[in-house]
This record gives sequence, structure tokens and C-alpha cells, in this order.
Amino acid sequence: MHHEVNVPVSKTISDEFTPDILVKVDEVIERFKSKQGALIPVLEEVQTITGYLPESLQRRVAFGLNLPLSQVYGVVTFYSFFTMVPRGKHQIKVCLGTACHVRGGQQIENELEEKLHICPGECTNDRKFSLEIVRCLGACGVAPVMVIGNDIHKQANPTKIGTILKKYN
Amino acid sequence: MITLTIDNQKVQVPKGTTILEAAKKVGINIPTLCAMPEIHHTPGACRVCVVEIDRGRALVASCVYPVAEGMKVNTINERVRKAQKAIVEFLLSDHPRDCNLCQKSGRCELQKVAERIGVREIRVPCTDFTERSIDDSSPSLIRDSSKCINCLRCVTACSDIQGVHLLTPSDRGFESRVVPAMGKDLMDSACTFCGQCAVVCPTGAIIEKDEVDKVLKALEDPTKHVVVQEAPAIRGTLGEELGLPVGTLVTGKMIAALRKLGFDKVFDTNFTADLTIIEEGHELLHRAKTGGKLPMITSCSPGWIKFIEHFYPQLLPNLSTCKSPQQMFGALAKTYYASLAGIDPKSIFVVSIMPCTAKKFEASRPEMNSSGYQDVDVVLTTRELGRLIRLAGIDFANLEPEDFDAPMGQYTGAATIFGATGGVMEAALRTVYAVVAKKNLPSLDITPVRGLDGVKEASVVVGELGEVRVAVAHGLSNARKVLDKIVDGTANYHFIEIMCCPGGCVGGGGQPCPPSDEKRKLRAQALYTDDANVQKLRQSHENPAITDLYKNFLKEPLGEKSHHLLHTHYVNRGL
Repeated sequence: MHHEVNVPVSKTISDEFTPDILVKVDEVIERFKSKQGALIPVLEEVQTITGYLPESLQRRVAFGLNLPLSQVYGVVTFYSFFTMVPRGKHQIKVCLGTACHVRGGQQIENELEEKLHICPGECTNDRKFSLEIVRCLGACGVAPVMVIGNDIHKQANPTKIGTILKKYN
Repeated sequence: MITLTIDNQKVQVPKGTTILEAAKKVGINIPTLCAMPEIHHTPGACRVCVVEIDRGRALVASCVYPVAEGMKVNTINERVRKAQKAIVEFLLSDHPRDCNLCQKSGRCELQKVAERIGVREIRVPCTDFTERSIDDSSPSLIRDSSKCINCLRCVTACSDIQGVHLLTPSDRGFESRVVPAMGKDLMDSACTFCGQCAVVCPTGAIIEKDEVDKVLKALEDPTKHVVVQEAPAIRGTLGEELGLPVGTLVTGKMIAALRKLGFDKVFDTNFTADLTIIEEGHELLHRAKTGGKLPMITSCSPGWIKFIEHFYPQLLPNLSTCKSPQQMFGALAKTYYASLAGIDPKSIFVVSIMPCTAKKFEASRPEMNSSGYQDVDVVLTTRELGRLIRLAGIDFANLEPEDFDAPMGQYTGAATIFGATGGVMEAALRTVYAVVAKKNLPSLDITPVRGLDGVKEASVVVGELGEVRVAVAHGLSNARKVLDKIVDGTANYHFIEIMCCPGGCVGGGGQPCPPSDEKRKLRAQALYTDDANVQKLRQSHENPAITDLYKNFLKEPLGEKSHHLLHTHYVNRGL
């Protein structure tokens, strides 16, 4: 409750993983169970399968690896790679590194927030898009940069955001 | 051995010693806010202990930096002083700084270090304060993240000492803070409310829930008949909280102070500690004779009770059904005492003075109302009673000793030692032996169960029962060792004492802070002195007030009245 992570849909997630997804999760845990330092690789693989790491999955991992839940939670919240919020089918990353910032990255972010009705770190209700802010993608020459899935949108223009989003279903 | 120079003093220490420890040897106390050898905690997190070595380029954290042959350390030159000042300023820049309003004021280590280093201004204005988010969900503890300096002592106490592993650092950088798993409130977590986090916290980030005002209000209410009970350990620690030497036995002064505060009757939890021995001793005998669940485990310590309810629910049948002495007292005060004194139980207000933050939770458990009312109305810790006595302006050190009121103030030495690890076991064995063998133990001092070893074992041949094998554990990570043996079937004990806190109640979460083993030993010594040298009676079954209680009210141990008033049940709380 005193933790700042915004988890708008976490209450309902426990039902959303189908039995075959949970079988895959358990296979990962089983494979790493007896290894030292298993926690981070397990979380990585589980997140690849499930898209995110809500409380129910952290409990499953903690129980499976015989680790305290607090340790799992500490690791999940420490690394920005891990997320407790679902990510969309299409993950949008807006660069606000120095170059992109001075070339108008902020307007790109504002426009996306308005169009999608979400803040950075959140996911649309239909789970189609999620929004993230990153600091430098190493493409400063084509700033401001926005990445959707694996597509790089160079010299992004706020007025074209609507058209770009329509290409993703 | 390694020879080095610290502030121009030569010092010889074993290899692997840290600079901080080496400096202590020559009487130099380097300031620190995180290192706590007592709980084997040296995360090198706060950086306040920086020193200069061999005029090196960078200063090092002395709490983690090992000594080397010929090393020259300077702990106090201008460069070090400047760095320490800057570090403490940074800590204070993101700290509320309304110290006058803080419960920890005057006892706060951050305050003391800032004063010692001479911080007079904060040159780094913080624009992004850690949000003031207060978790007061539990009846026992209050957490305020904005006062946390991320020293992580509480995390170590919670995991390494107590084996609860609830608290964890979460997030990174400015967002980093200590939280219970999943960022939940304490009340929604597997917190035992033991308060070991609170006694090691250097600031006011984790404190006991202060209920002094509730007691003052009751004392001022003419319609309330306010009675008070004090746990066995309080007589060995209240003096320390009020500035007397550690381990001063202050029974008489404590009673005098409580009378001055206006309590109508000053009774004693020791009375029901003796009663617990009678009930629990007979429960053990009953289980042994009828093939009941063994080993039986003691149930006096509410932090331990919440722990087993979360972490070892499969062992709940092993737990004695006896309520703790605090709750037995509450139930009897509003039934037995009420009828003796001819007072409507509705107007009786029971205050407990406890070494313990978990006792506050215990008193609030919904089943603890067998008198028809909440059996114990308010629980104050040793620290809160200290505050109440200071507030009333009582000159504690110079009080003339007084005596307890009858009948619930009479006790034996066996009750006093409840406050030290092994004490309940020792008291129980004295009585069980006498009941079964019809004679006293050859020596009433059962020394194998005394002292600060994590797990202690002993065996006593008890008349026709034969050999009784016992174990004693204190601190929940030690308890885990014994419990795991029961779970995997390798334990062969009949009777086990478990106390939640290291050292037992003398090391409780409501006791003066910060703790140390040295202090726990001295505090326990005060209790053993009361048992051996002050009390004439040293066995619970010899307490004449307990004999009267059974004769006039309870009738028999484990009888119907006892079952209703003195025994309880437990719940599987899950994880």
C-alpha cells in the first residue's frame, strides 16, 4: 500500500494464466530448483512466458525455489527489467535521453498519454499498448526516437502518432 | 596479528578485523548508523564511518574495511570530518527533521550522530522528499518510511535473528525503501509484531504504538477501577529505561511509581505466571499420561504464537492451550478479582506493562474476552511506562520501595525467571517434578536451560514418568531449528520452551534500546537474583494465593473454569 508501484489490474490476474501457462512456469522453476543463484534467471524466463510478474507468480516462484517472498519482491522491484504491471501486446518506449529530450521527446510522450489514456508504466485496458520511458536508445542522430515492439520510429512527430498507432492491431 | 596505527596510536588486532573494531580497541568510537555487531550487521550502507587510510585518494568505510600491516588510519582529520558532515547532511536532507515531534527524540541515533559531528546547516536542499507514508495498521508497531535511512538493520533482525524474512529493501535510488513483502501493511503480512526491528532502528522509522494517553485517560476517569500488572522482566529493565545501571532490580520502586501514578491496585503478572505453571504442568502430565500430542510447546510468547500460526500451522496441536500469563491475568481480574472486591467487571480497566510489542496484538485478539469484556484493556511497553513515569515527574531513583497488593500480586521466584530464556522451562520442571515425585528437585537451579545459547537441551528423571527430555529456544531463527526437527521426525523431546525474542523477554521488542547480549545477561541476572535471594518461595505450586485461587474459584487445574478462562485456541493464518 505504501509502495509506489501502480498495479491497476493486479487483483484479477490470478485467473488470467491458463493451466498450460502455469505448467510452463513450473517447468522453469523445476529446471532451476537445485541451482545456486536461480532467482533472477527464473524470473527472467517466467516473465518471458507470462509478460509480467504479479503477486501470484512471485508467490509461485518463492514457494517453488523455497525462498522468502520478500526476497523475490525485492529483486523484482530492484531491476527495471522486471514488471509487476502487465505489458501490452505492443510495448512503446519513448526516449527522453538528452538528445531526444531537446528535440521534443516530451511532446511525443504527452501525445501518447492523451491518445492511450495511460501514464508511463501502465497498460491500456485492452492490453494492446503499454508505455515506458527510456533514457537513450543510442540513436541520438535520429532524435526524437520512439520504439514500438521492434520497430524504430525515427524523428517522431507528435501529429503523426495517431496514424502510427493505427498500424498496430 | 596485524599492527597498525589509528590516530597515532599503535594497535594490534587479528587479521580480518575491521578498522572500526580495531579503533574500538583503543577507545576510539567511530560514528556509524548502520553497523551493529550485535546482529552481525555490517552492510556498509550509511557511510558515516568513513576514515582516511595512508593518505589515500578515497576515504573508506571503516565498518567493512579490513586492517592491513603498517596501515595508518586517521579517523578525525579535517578531510574525514568534512566527509562525515556531508554524509549526515545528505541523510538529513531527506529526513522530516521535526525531531521535537518524534517519539524517538532524545534516543535517536541520527540525532546523536548529527549532534556529535556538529551539523549546523543542511547545504543540500532536497526537493523530492521521501513521501510520508505511515503504516499504523497494526496494534503493535508504527512504520514511517520517511524517517528510514536505509541502514537495513531491521531487515537483518527480521531475517537473520527472527527467521521471518518479512522486511526487504524494495526499488532503487530515491525510490528505495524498506517494506514488508509485496509492499503490504504489517497487519496484512506474516509479521509477528515481535518488535526486534524497532529495538534496532536507529531513528523513529519503526516505533511501538504509544498508548500512554489511553492509560492517563483511564486513570483520570472516576468511574474506572484501574488495575495494573507487570511482566516478570519489567522489574529487571524499567530502572535501565529510567537511567539506572543495566540489570538493576527495581521491583519495589516500580510498585511505588505505579501507585503514585494513581493505579487503584498494583498487581503482578508473576501471579499468573505461577498459575501458568500449574495449568501447563498439568497439561503436560495429562498429555504424557493419555498419549496426547508431544512434544508440548509453551505458549506464553505472543510473537512466537503468531509465528507458528503463519509458518508452522501443522504443529499447532503441539502448542499448549494455556493462555499467556498476561491474558490469564486479564480474564481473572474481571472475574475472580471483580467478585472478591465486589466491583462490576465493566468498570475494571486492566493495564499491562510488558517487555513486548506483540502483547499489544495479543490483547486485541478477538477471542481474548472470556471475562465477557476485553480481558486486557491497554498494554504499555517498558519504554512507554518509562515515558509515563517521566511525564508524571516522578523521581524514580529515589522512590522508597513498596509492596504489591493482594491477592493478585503474590508470587514465587519461579514466576520471576519467566522473563529470561529457559525460565518457564525451569519453573515448570520444578513443579512437575514435585507433583509427580512428591518431593522437591535435589537442586532448584536447573542451569543447563539458562544462558544465551540459541538452543539448549536437558533431561530430568521425573519420578514414575521417567526421563523427561526438554529443549529451549529463543529468537525465532533458533526456534526454526527445533521446529524443523519436529517436522522431519528427528526430535525426541517431550517439552519445549520457545520465546520469540533473543534472550527471552529481557530482550523483548518493548525493552530499552539498543539491545546487546551483555545487557540481556545483566537483565536476566537481576531476575535470577530475585528468584534465588529475594523470594522465599521458589516453586509456583507453593504460592499460597494460587492455592486460594483454586480452592475458592477455579477448583482444579484443567477444570471447567480453567478451560473457559485460562485456555485458548489458535488459527492457521497462512502465508
